[in-house]
Amino acid sequence: MILTVAHVTTYRYDRPVRGAVQSIRIFPSSCEGQRVIDWEVAVEGGLRGGGFTDGAGDQVEGWSIRGPVTEVAVRVAGTVETTDTAGVLRGHREALPPDAWLRPTPPIRPDAALADLARGAVAGAADPLDRAHRLAGAVAEAIAYRPGTTHAHTTAAESLAQGEGVCQDHAQALIACAHAIGQPARYVSGYLFATADGTPHEAAHAWAELWVEGLGWVGFDPANACCPDARYIRLASGHDARDAAPIRGIALGMADETLDVSVAVQAGQQ
Amino acid sequence: MQDYFNEMFDGGAVRAPYAGLETWVREMPAELRQMKQAEAEALFRRIGITFAVYGEGGDPDRLIPFDMFPRVFTAGEWRRLERGIKQRARALNAFLVDVYGRGEIVRAGRIPAALVYQNEAYETAVAGFVPPRGVYSHIVGIDLVRTGRDEFFVLEDNCRTPSGVSYMLENREIMMRMFPEIFRENRIEPVEGYPELLRRTLASVAPEKCQGEPTVVILTPGHYNSAYYEHSFLADMMGVELVEGPDLFCEGGFVWMRTTRGPQKVDVIYRRIDDAFLDPLCFRPDSMLGVPGLMDCYRSGGVTIASAPGAGVADDKAVYTYVPEMIRFYLGEEPILQNVPTWQCAKPDELAHVLDNLADLVVKEVHGSGGYGMLVGPRATKDQIAAFAEKLREAPEHYIAQPTLSLSTCPTFVEEGIAPRHVDLRPYCLVGERIELVPGGLTRVALTEGSLVVNSSQGGGVKDTWVLAE
Repeated sequence: MILTVAHVTTYRYDRPVRGAVQSIRIFPSSCEGQRVIDWEVAVEGGLRGGGFTDGAGDQVEGWSIRGPVTEVAVRVAGTVETTDTAGVLRGHREALPPDAWLRPTPPIRPDAALADLARGAVAGAADPLDRAHRLAGAVAEAIAYRPGTTHAHTTAAESLAQGEGVCQDHAQALIACAHAIGQPARYVSGYLFATADGTPHEAAHAWAELWVEGLGWVGFDPANACCPDARYIRLASGHDARDAAPIRGIALGMADETLDVSVAVQAGQQ
Repeated sequence: MQDYFNEMFDGGAVRAPYAGLETWVREMPAELRQMKQAEAEALFRRIGITFAVYGEGGDPDRLIPFDMFPRVFTAGEWRRLERGIKQRARALNAFLVDVYGRGEIVRAGRIPAALVYQNEAYETAVAGFVPPRGVYSHIVGIDLVRTGRDEFFVLEDNCRTPSGVSYMLENREIMMRMFPEIFRENRIEPVEGYPELLRRTLASVAPEKCQGEPTVVILTPGHYNSAYYEHSFLADMMGVELVEGPDLFCEGGFVWMRTTRGPQKVDVIYRRIDDAFLDPLCFRPDSMLGVPGLMDCYRSGGVTIASAPGAGVADDKAVYTYVPEMIRFYLGEEPILQNVPTWQCAKPDELAHVLDNLADLVVKEVHGSGGYGMLVGPRATKDQIAAFAEKLREAPEHYIAQPTLSLSTCPTFVEEGIAPRHVDLRPYCLVGERIELVPGGLTRVALTEGSLVVNSSQGGGVKDTWVLAE
């Protein structure tokens, strides 16, 4: 598929700030199944800093904005040709070994309920891949997709207790479950082409990757009960949602911030 | 009563390194000693060196007792220590480059993967990065104890930001001021070159992008920190700026210092704040002490951070057990300095042994420091031991155990005159373009009779440490 992305993130401040600093990871992963035709990231009025590839194989760029400003906008525009790899991440160079992806950061720390869910799901599983599929299925079943019921800091344990959430909660719960049975897992941020008319429907998306011995990293999207295919664009990974955030930023100064995000992913010829 | 190695007396005879001190101490009248002791205290108060060593916390205004009786090593003893310390510093840095790179030592099965990659001090944010000259730990503080004429053990490694070096320098300064004659009568290697050596070491690891003379700064959490005196002292001695997070900012991939003459580019940051607080964009988002964007500048080669973020994974007390293995694996050498035999409570059979022998062992927290949260078996009551056993069973992976070591003693001025007291040693090894070690270090002394705990928070003091010239 040819997917075209238009993504604008706007931070507005109720009074001028002295400046802002950002760390941006909104570049399509360099892997099989993703070919970048064009891709551009720009911060209005910002100065590009150093760029590098991190240990997880993600491309990172630092940006700074000199104030005073009351608005900072990060604009992403690009086109990517995707092919279906059945969720398997191939040809992706990264320095970190799978063992580094077992860390129980606070949002993904498995509680007893998550551990029970995981153990119940994998009982009788044939192989590691089967285990992973069962975990993803169990999470999808246990947490209903219901926007507005959770927030950015909801933990995996909380969303399971609540029984509802959005893609972030599904992904974090799946990671927690995988960790509970000793399977490395991580959070992935990206885009999803969800509807034919390009209506944003969690177009800025998130899912999880589980390490499957023999296959490597395999993506699972419990929110849509599938593995990522040609409709997905993979951007960056991390231990949890905060760690994998496409933009991490801070404003210098005392002001209240409001965030406005618009994402559109469209399919078709350029 | 256990037999301890006395560093001054061998039977009735005075050991060679202390020969030069025997007359000095024998002929010192009691009144003079009291006067000098009061003078030393006044000097320490005046210069304001009142912080706790090694980040132990405690009352920041409390003076750490200074004992005037020096601790002495011969040139020969020091040569061996120096070789052993440098060997260890090399291996620890090789380990750090490896575990943030290909992880050969883990692949080879020489250290468990979980111990490295699931370690809280392992920073995934720096994986795949090799700092300038392949150095992660630029100042390695290695804590040593002596148990016999030729027996030294490494108690622990400090690869992050070992403190206390200002004591090494001030103790010497004060001794020379009070007793110039003994420095004329004995040929003692100088330690005063340390700040310049540290500055050169830091300048030698400037990023490749740096052109001309590198700008080095010390980044402090501020004057509320218990080691603030040391930060400002070292900045003064090195002739570099002492800065706090808000004095720095990131732009264009570099770090800049605000000055009255406009922004000045910073090439090397000797940070005295923990990884977690370095950059709110990468680590703790609520940190006000760090510099937003610092890690992106660092990873893209715009600035060097010393010690490198993530260096702490090499000095964890559980990883410590594997340092001899690192020396063999990376250097193909046998360790010159021995580790203290250590039981990993995370391993069930070793835990069982520890639980059976708690009364004879020292049990420490894997991530702890400063002598807090530890059990000294031989000095603990039955109830204390029982309570500790409970903690051990609950979270065995948080503890390691070691035999109680017979720490050597050094003569020390006490109420009744002179008496042996237990000592340890922390030398400061500098790693940059070259590996350097000034002949000396910080000797800590347990001032309480019979005590083996030298931490200042537990009644420890400090001494001047001499290395005699050839």
